Amino acid sequence: MHNKDRIKAFFTLLPSIILIGIFVYGFIGNTFWISLTDWGGVAALAENPVRNYAGLTNYIDLFTGFLGGGFRQDLVNAVFYSVLLLAGAIGIGMFLAILLDSKPRGEAFFRTVFLYPMSLSFIVSGTIWRWMLAPQGGVNILPEYVGLKPLTFRWLSSTGTILEFNWQNLLQLALYLISFFLIIAGLRWIKHNPNRALKWLLPGIALGGFAWLGGDLLPKALFMEETHGFNTATFGIIAATVWQYSGYTMALYLAGFTGISQDLRDAAMLDGATNTDYYRHIALPMVRPITISAVIILSHISLKMFDLIFAMTGPDNGQTGHPALNMYLTTFRANDFARGAAIAIILFLIAATFIIPYMISSYRQRRAGK
Amino acid sequence: MKTKISISTFALYGTLVLLALAYLLPAYLTLTTALKLPADISLPHSWELPPTVNRTSFSEAFNLLRPNIVNSIILTICATFFSTVLGSLNGYVFSKWKFPGSELFFTLFLFGMFIPYQVILIPLFQTLRAMNLYGGLPGLILAHVVYGLPITSLIFRNFYAQIPDSLMESASLDGAGFFYTYTNIIFPLSIPGFVVTSLWQFTQVWNEFLWGICLTRHSSNPITVGLAQLAGGQAVSWNLPMAGSILAALPVLLIYIVLGKYFIRGLLAGSVKE
Amino acid sequence: MKKTIFTVFLTLAAAMLLITPHTTCAKDLSGQLEIFSWWAGDEGPALQALVDLYTKKNSGVEVINATVSGGSGVNAKAVLKTRMLGGEPPDSFQVHAGQELIGTWVRADRMEDLTPLFKEQGFMNAFPEGLIKNIGTDKGIWSVPVTIHRSNVLWFVPANLKKWGVKAPNSWDDFLTIAPKLKEKGIVPLALAQNWTVNHLWESVALASLGADNWDALWAGKLAFDSPEGVKAWELFGKIIEFTNQDASSLSWQQATDMVVDGRAAFNIMGDWAAGYMSTTKKMVPGSGFGWAASPGTAGQFLFLADSFGLPKGATNRDNALAWLAVLGSREGSDAFNPLKGSISPRTDSDLSKYNDYAKSASADFSKDRIVGSLAHGVSANEGFMNDFAAVMEMFLKSRNAAITAKAAQQTAVKNGIGK
Repeated sequence: MHNKDRIKAFFTLLPSIILIGIFVYGFIGNTFWISLTDWGGVAALAENPVRNYAGLTNYIDLFTGFLGGGFRQDLVNAVFYSVLLLAGAIGIGMFLAILLDSKPRGEAFFRTVFLYPMSLSFIVSGTIWRWMLAPQGGVNILPEYVGLKPLTFRWLSSTGTILEFNWQNLLQLALYLISFFLIIAGLRWIKHNPNRALKWLLPGIALGGFAWLGGDLLPKALFMEETHGFNTATFGIIAATVWQYSGYTMALYLAGFTGISQDLRDAAMLDGATNTDYYRHIALPMVRPITISAVIILSHISLKMFDLIFAMTGPDNGQTGHPALNMYLTTFRANDFARGAAIAIILFLIAATFIIPYMISSYRQRRAGK
Repeated sequence: MKTKISISTFALYGTLVLLALAYLLPAYLTLTTALKLPADISLPHSWELPPTVNRTSFSEAFNLLRPNIVNSIILTICATFFSTVLGSLNGYVFSKWKFPGSELFFTLFLFGMFIPYQVILIPLFQTLRAMNLYGGLPGLILAHVVYGLPITSLIFRNFYAQIPDSLMESASLDGAGFFYTYTNIIFPLSIPGFVVTSLWQFTQVWNEFLWGICLTRHSSNPITVGLAQLAGGQAVSWNLPMAGSILAALPVLLIYIVLGKYFIRGLLAGSVKE
Repeated sequence: MKKTIFTVFLTLAAAMLLITPHTTCAKDLSGQLEIFSWWAGDEGPALQALVDLYTKKNSGVEVINATVSGGSGVNAKAVLKTRMLGGEPPDSFQVHAGQELIGTWVRADRMEDLTPLFKEQGFMNAFPEGLIKNIGTDKGIWSVPVTIHRSNVLWFVPANLKKWGVKAPNSWDDFLTIAPKLKEKGIVPLALAQNWTVNHLWESVALASLGADNWDALWAGKLAFDSPEGVKAWELFGKIIEFTNQDASSLSWQQATDMVVDGRAAFNIMGDWAAGYMSTTKKMVPGSGFGWAASPGTAGQFLFLADSFGLPKGATNRDNALAWLAVLGSREGSDAFNPLKGSISPRTDSDLSKYNDYAKSASADFSKDRIVGSLAHGVSANEGFMNDFAAVMEMFLKSRNAAITAKAAQQTAVKNGIGK
């Protein structure tokens, strides 16, 4: 009986498997194959376009070619954008959830106010935020209404860059980052298990030292100097996205907090804990799975994020570029289909790496015998 | 003591009100711009109330958008229905009926969620056309259902994982099979899960733009496309697109207001954890 | 006898009908016509006027007006290309005449040659020679222009100029003299908006610096971008950018025009759709409310762009589409559309009484000036170049280094088939 049911289960799943197989993986395969050709440029739109195999040329060109500079900057933008979006949406969402967890009067009203931005389409919110962040109007002139001087930050048209680095030193920077994480991991263990801590600390320090002293020995990632960094123009876009999605993370955390039994909270209060202690030591650790959920959903949104940027800064603003937008323009405006496909595959790979923490945690849970 | 106005309470309400105002700023801007006459709309005066109220914006926008609204309603309801039902079945299988390879399939589903929509635009178009589904709503519905499967399956799987296996065991002891267990035990418990997935899918499908514009012919354009038409042209009179976006956002907004509480409850009921 | 004459007459009549050359006989057309464009919003009424005219002549045809607006035409391109790749061409689609059409569609052998139509409808004589030269290749003529817009126009408010004691500059040197004075008064000398308007400004500056002959040579690949003339153009551009508003990239082109209208800026270089904006939306009177001149250094040169429609191969309703193209290029069609859109007719015989004051002056210029193709609007260069040029412009705005930018521009040109 059991086996017959398992067969039924398989067949129930089958339509979805077939659909996803064709529409997702089939298409990914198609895109990958296109990225290995030279389809693009003149006569790209012929009825039977000439496509020659070109190996990894498109990828190499994107990372080391002269005209790939825009793509590289978009990549850097995407990294900063995703990290800050996650930090902002999760941080603010958590803060709002903590505020609403104390069940103030009008909770339903406040909850709706924070949640409603999620109901808007990106084109709509992008257009509105573009108005709001226009340096001559919008947010900058708000202080005037309370008697203060207007702001002068140029938001989306600002050209400043923080944390600048030279792409040539990419390898060196990567080693620095790895050693940084190793050292942090080591420091975490230092209180409980000094031996284990050393296992992390020693390689970390060694790697960092090597990168610092022997940095010049490392191969250069690019044939010319190219500065990249965090463009301050992306602040506006991050603000708009955080505004739109902090309501969602707030709802997630609120649900999580509500799920913590009231007895636990009362017991903590009886033991003399303040509100801050409660949240820091009890509530937040308990909602860690929520954080992982939120990271997955938000990261996949940030990497697909193209409508918002398109609506806010238009197609050609290098300061706020994003690989997804770049791919759209490369494919549909420059007719460079192969290059666009390469960008798409890179984007997909980056997006997919965000599920790795999820997969690790669920694998661990399965091992712990869930 | 019934009402204690302590500093902390004051701080709490103060913070909430300030934040709420900040979140409502864009809505205020949209509304006031929608109610202005085109000649009065300019950047330095964007925060000011309309000097003369433009009563025609909304009716004009509505008339222009009416066919698109109908299309969107049909599209969203159908797509949401099918993707949530299929997601529920898939989630049921993934959580309760593990067969060799089901975890692998689940992981593959998840990976599929990360596809940016522009990537598969051209093959999607060609496939739909080969299936003779290009241009009308059925093709668009199919696309949304397929690409909604990963997230709905994920949500339902996590949701059903909370249902104790003992319930399943006692049902099978009573002789219940695969479908019987689903219809009589699992499905009645699924309401919070359906609320969350429906809300999510409804938002996604209603607000989606790129496929709406590429995969449908003019008569089947959803509302996002209609909205873009309002904001097109050389000299946009911004009151129309602003009024149009308020109209476009209304249905989803209403659902959020009405179902907001159930949304949280649904998230609470386990679709969140893990 | 009468019967014989009658029979002969009947036979002759039948024979004549049969051997009449295949013109699109208006009463015979039926079915559908799907026209694809990005004219929505305020340009809608103009397109509708054309559709109405067509329907009047071909009442059996149902016209499907498929517009895709938004994203500065990129969305329309995405939809069009997706359809064309998938083998579902619309019956006729709007495209910028010139290299944007030729580089993308003609070289891919997707368009039909319209020379027979041109000859049949007398377009060869109705359109200026300079125009036909720019929109065709040696293998044929590929689209029917509907409108002509001018790119190199300088806009200002005469009353404001008088107030500030300046005159509209005739050359960029003049501009560079009066600009610092304006800046001191807190007025932005030249209003600028986002991305594409920068390209738009560049082409006016480059044309002034290079001159019309060098401009043509540049796009024919005979003059290199990193030649001394090319570098000089970038240097001049760099000097002029200093006098534009810092928040340019957050403004739409209308908002830059607003700056001139409100008196926050003195001048703005924009295509003549600005005239439509100022007269229709801002309700200003051409001549007294706002004034215009050729952008500095380009008097006597008409930097044009033309919206046009073509005929893709494999169009489902080919005959209906040909009839549409005939209406577009006709005097009637042209004069129905252009006054509503705020542009001028490509024909030399348009009825000027239907046009406003600006259009009359522009028409006069069009018939006597030297016609050169716009870069920013798809006449001079193909889409691959335009896309990469955006990156080159970005590079210049960041580095302000004319020599390196010129070199990058030349590399881009070579990559996209312009020059060696």
